[in-house]
Amino acid sequence: MNRILSALVAGLVFGIGIAVSGMANPAKVLNFFDPLGTWDPSLAFVMGGALMTTFIGYRVIFGRRQAPLFDTKFHLPTARTIDARLIGGSALFGVGWGISGFCPGGAIPALGFAPWPTALFLIAMGAGILLARWLQALPRRQIA
Amino acid sequence: MSTVTEFTPFASFIGGVLIGLGAVILMGFNGRIAGMTAMLGGVLEPRSPDSPWRLAFLAGAIVAPLIATLMGAEFAFASPTTGVLLAIGGVIVGVGVTYGSGCTSGHGVCGLARLSPRSLVATLTFMATTFLTVTLMRHVFGD
Repeated sequence: MNRILSALVAGLVFGIGIAVSGMANPAKVLNFFDPLGTWDPSLAFVMGGALMTTFIGYRVIFGRRQAPLFDTKFHLPTARTIDARLIGGSALFGVGWGISGFCPGGAIPALGFAPWPTALFLIAMGAGILLARWLQALPRRQIA
Repeated sequence: MSTVTEFTPFASFIGGVLIGLGAVILMGFNGRIAGMTAMLGGVLEPRSPDSPWRLAFLAGAIVAPLIATLMGAEFAFASPTTGVLLAIGGVIVGVGVTYGSGCTSGHGVCGLARLSPRSLVATLTFMATTFLTVTLMRHVFGD
């Protein structure tokens, strides 16, 4: 129960941050990537504020505690390899982000105040995730 | 298909700090990375033991702007693209974040804050292809 409540609080803070920052506004996000046109550099300030806070906060947490308050250990990613899957997937994600102006973290809070057309994007994204999981579950021989 | 948006350095910075604070809360209390791609697993794997807290994070992220709006806050929003492109973009984002194991929140914020080389490569890659896509669509193939 504690874990659910703390995740809810974290989600509330994260979601309001996304909305205030402008990350849930596709027009604003796309304009960050358009220095040749209607440029809006605000996104750099979002990344700056988020990175600074997380960098310092993580260091304070990892420096003072062996485990989080409501769990027995920190669950940190263990993958180390930089492979075609990581780079290809990330490259594809950028193409989709550039077409739609939505990333997952921006779209979820946008659902709360601009349900349409956000829902359309999220349904399509869900289909994409399921498609990729299905492809990943196929035996490797069948793909190659 | 571009719309002028207001440059909001102060609001964007404060919003960024709040995004970071959400990530720090989730690490301090639950020991988890605040990546939205992973959170969506809460919907797609309802039987996983991680599903309840992931759904709680998602619910909080959706409800917070809704409550703020009901209390009188206004958030600028414009989707300068067509429904067809939004759907195509959505499918590509879904495939990409699954193969790339993360998105702007997981790699771009949490991963970079941990100085993860994988996240640095992922973030540089998607920032570059997003820039290329927007530039091609607006200035090469667009008007």
